[in-house]
Amino acid sequence: MIDWLLDPAHWSGPDGIPVRLIEQVGISGISLLIAAAVALPIGVWIGHTGRAATLAVNAANIGRAIPSLAAIGIIAPITQAFDPELGFKVYPTLFAMIILAIPPILVNAYAGVAGVDRELVEAARGMGFRERQILGRIEVPIALPVIAGGLRSATVQVIATATLGALFGFGGLGRYLVDGVAQNDDGQLFGGVFLVAALALVAEGGFALLQRALTSPGLRRAGSSSGVEPA
Amino acid sequence: MDTGRGRAATVEFDHVSKVYGPTAAKAGRAAAPGAVNDLSLAIPAGRICVLVGPSGCGKTTSLKMVNRLIEPTSGRILLDGVDAASREVTDLRRGIGYVIQQTGLFPHQTIVENVGTVPRLLGWAAPRIKERSEELLGLVGLDPAKYARRFPSQLSGGERQRVGVARALAADPPIMLMDEPFGAVDPIVRERLQDEFLRLQEELAKTILFVTHDIDEAIKMGDLVAVFEQGGRVAQFGTPTELLAAPASDFVARFVGADRGLKRLSLSRIRDIELRPAVTGRIGEPAGEARRRALADPLPYLLLVDAQERPVGWLRDVEIEGDGVLTEAMAIPMSPLLSPETTLKDALSMMLDADVHTGIVVDRAGRVTGLVTTEVIGGFLREPVQAATAKHQPGERKPAEP
Amino acid sequence: MIDWGWIGDHLGTILGRTVQHLELAAIAVAMGFAISFGLALVVQSRRSAYPLISGLAGVLYTIPSLAVFAALVSITGLSIYTAEIPLIMYTLVILVRNIVAGFDAVPNDVLDAADGMGYGRRERFQRIVLPLSIPLIVAGLRLASVSTIGLVTISATLGDSFGGLGFFIFEGYHRAFPTEILTGAVPSIVLAIAVDVIFVRIERRLTPWAPEQAARLSIPERRVPGLGEAGG
Repeated sequence: MIDWLLDPAHWSGPDGIPVRLIEQVGISGISLLIAAAVALPIGVWIGHTGRAATLAVNAANIGRAIPSLAAIGIIAPITQAFDPELGFKVYPTLFAMIILAIPPILVNAYAGVAGVDRELVEAARGMGFRERQILGRIEVPIALPVIAGGLRSATVQVIATATLGALFGFGGLGRYLVDGVAQNDDGQLFGGVFLVAALALVAEGGFALLQRALTSPGLRRAGSSSGVEPA
Repeated sequence: MDTGRGRAATVEFDHVSKVYGPTAAKAGRAAAPGAVNDLSLAIPAGRICVLVGPSGCGKTTSLKMVNRLIEPTSGRILLDGVDAASREVTDLRRGIGYVIQQTGLFPHQTIVENVGTVPRLLGWAAPRIKERSEELLGLVGLDPAKYARRFPSQLSGGERQRVGVARALAADPPIMLMDEPFGAVDPIVRERLQDEFLRLQEELAKTILFVTHDIDEAIKMGDLVAVFEQGGRVAQFGTPTELLAAPASDFVARFVGADRGLKRLSLSRIRDIELRPAVTGRIGEPAGEARRRALADPLPYLLLVDAQERPVGWLRDVEIEGDGVLTEAMAIPMSPLLSPETTLKDALSMMLDADVHTGIVVDRAGRVTGLVTTEVIGGFLREPVQAATAKHQPGERKPAEP
Repeated sequence: MIDWGWIGDHLGTILGRTVQHLELAAIAVAMGFAISFGLALVVQSRRSAYPLISGLAGVLYTIPSLAVFAALVSITGLSIYTAEIPLIMYTLVILVRNIVAGFDAVPNDVLDAADGMGYGRRERFQRIVLPLSIPLIVAGLRLASVSTIGLVTISATLGDSFGGLGFFIFEGYHRAFPTEILTGAVPSIVLAIAVDVIFVRIERRLTPWAPEQAARLSIPERRVPGLGEAGG
C-alpha cells in the first residue's frame, strides 16, 4: 500500500491521485454548496416562523431514510433518459449527493433556530429588533454550532456517496477501491482505502474545528458550566 | 453624569381590551388566560406603576401591549398623548426599555455588547455606545473593567438582572417595562436589587410599568398599584396606602393579605406621623419643678435628659422626690430610640421587643424630639386614607430602611 | 419504461432478497446493540472512557462504507463477516451515544430519590435508569436500523450472496436494465421508511408524556457522526 502510494506514477496522469482527489473534493464541495443553498434558507425560515415545521421535518426524515445506493439507482434511469452517456455515469451520483445532503442541513438549520430560547427572541423583539435583525443577529449566531453540525453530517454523507459513485462509473478516489478489487491489486485497494478514509476524516475534523470556531465563547461556557447557578 | 433625569412620559390605557381565541371574541368574552377587559389607567410621568395579580390575570398582556408585542383587540394606549398604534413598531420599541424575568440577555454577546444593544440598533457611533454602556454598568453597580468583557453565563443571577436593567436604560427611554424583573433571584438578592432600583429611580424618574405577582414587591416598588383579578379586570388602582387602608373588594382584601395593617405600617415612617410631646427633665434641674410638670401630663413618667437634650432614662413621676435635683441614678431603663426615618412597623416591633408602650424619637444629634406610643400608631391606622396619600410624591419616596 | 412482466416473473426472488435484506440488517443491529450496550455500561462505571469510545466510533462512522467493504474483502474474503463487520461498525456511534445519552437523561433528583429510598447500585440501574432511558435507546435503534438498511444495499458489492435488495440495483445497472434497478431501489427505500415509521410509533408509545414534536426532534443529526465530538 505504501509502495503504491509513494509510486510517482500514481501521482500524475488522468488516473493520478491529484486528479482523482480534485474530482472527489470538487464534486463533493459543489454538491454541498448546492445542498446548503437550498436547505439553509428553508431550514432557517422554518425555524424562525415555525411554519411547515412538521412537514419539513417529516420530509427530511424520509430523505434521511433513503439508502444512497437506492438514490443513485432511482436517479440513473431518469437522467439516462435525458443524457444517455453522462446520465448513466455522473449525474446519478451527483444528484444523489445533493439530495442526500439536504436533509441533515435542513433539519439542523431548523432545529438550531427553533431551539433558540423564545424568551430571547421576544426580548429582542421588545427592544425593537426587526424580524430580519432577530434572525441575523440573534437566532442564526446562536444556532450556528447546530447549523455547522448539519453541514458536518452532510459532508460525511456526501463523501461516502461520492466514493460509492465509483461503482457507477463515477470518478474520484472510489475508483482505486473498485479497480483494486477488480484487478486484485492490494496496493491500489489499500492505497485507495487510506486516501478515502483520510479525506473523510480530514473533512470531518475540519468541520469540527469550524463548528468550534463558530461557537460564541459565551455559548461555549454556557455549555460547560450549565447547572451552576450562583445567586 | 447624564442619567436622563426628567425624561419621562405619561402612559394611558384607554378602554383597552385583549380578547383571545376566535370563539371568545365572537361571544364577547374575555375569559381566556391573559385576556384584558376594558382597562383604563392613567400613569403620570416619572412614577412606578405596578401591575399585580394572580397568574393569568392579564397583567403581562397589558405590559406587552405597551410595546406592542401584543396588539390590543380594542382601545388605545397613549404615550405622552400619542397613540402607540400610530407609531412605527420597531421605532416605538426602541424608545421603551424592556426588562424580563429571565433577563433575555443574549448568551453569545458580551455584557458590554448586550448593554449597547438598543444604541446599536439606533445607529449610534461605536465609541459613544461603548462609553454609554460602561457608564450604565457603573450605574447599576457593576465595575465595567471587571464585567464588560464577560458573557452572561459567567454572571450570577443578580448580576444578570442588573445587566438587564442597564440594557433597558441604554438609550435613555422615557418609559420602562419591567416584567417580573427580580423574579428569578433569591429573596435576599431580590431585596437588594429592589432597593438599588428605587435609589436609581429617584435619580432617573422614568415612567415605569412593573409587573409582579408578589404583593409585597408591589407595595414596596409602586407609587401606584393596579391590582388585577381573573378575567383581566382591574380590581383596584391606587397608591399602596389606599390599597392597604381601604381595599375596594374582598378580592383585593384577600390579595393584599390579612396583615395589611402591618404592611401599611411598613410604608410609613415616624416623620409621617404626629409625635407626642415629651415631658423632659434635665439632669441637675430642681426636682420639685420637674415633678409638677410630669404630674400635669397624662403619661406617668418624666423623660430624663442630659445637658444636650439626649435621653438618659425614665423617672416615674410619683416617685420623684420634691427636694433636691434630678440625678441619673434615679433613672429606670430606656425605651427604644427611634429616628424619623424608622418605619412604623419597625418602631412597633422595637417597642414590642422592649415590652414598652412608648418609643423615644431622637434627631440626628440624638436630641429628643418627641414620643411615639402604641396608641399613636394605632390611631394612625384609623386615620382616613387621604392624609397618607399625599405622601407619595415623586422624589420623596425613599428606599427601604438602611 | 418499466417491464412489469420481468417483475412478475421474479416475485419469488424479490421476496427472497427482501428477507435477506432484513436478516442482514437485523443481525447487524442486534450485534451492534449488544456491543454498544456493553460499551455504555463501561462508560457508566468509567466516565473517562467515553471520549475515547465515542471518538473512535465516530472515526469509524466517518470512513466511507465502500472503503471498508473493499478493504475487508482482501482480509476476510467473501464471507458473512465481510458483510456484517462494516454494518455492525456503523451502528456503534449511533447506539453508544444514544444509550449513554439515555442513561444520562435520568434526572439527578430521581436518582437521589432512588438512593434515598435505599436502592442498591444494581437495583437502581435496573429499575430506574434502564426504564427511563428506553425512549432514547429506542430512538438510537431507529436511527441505526434505518441507516443499516441503507448500508445493506452496498454489501451487494461482495457478490451475489449478499446485498439484499441492493443486488438488483447492481445487477440492473450492469445490465443497463432500469426495471431491475428500480426493483432494488424502490423497495429498499420503502423498507427503510417503513422501519423508520414503525420505530417512531414505538417511540411514541414508550413516551406517552412527551409532546408530539419534541419526542422526535430531540435527536437531530448532530448526535450522529462526529470526530471528537465527545459531549455528544
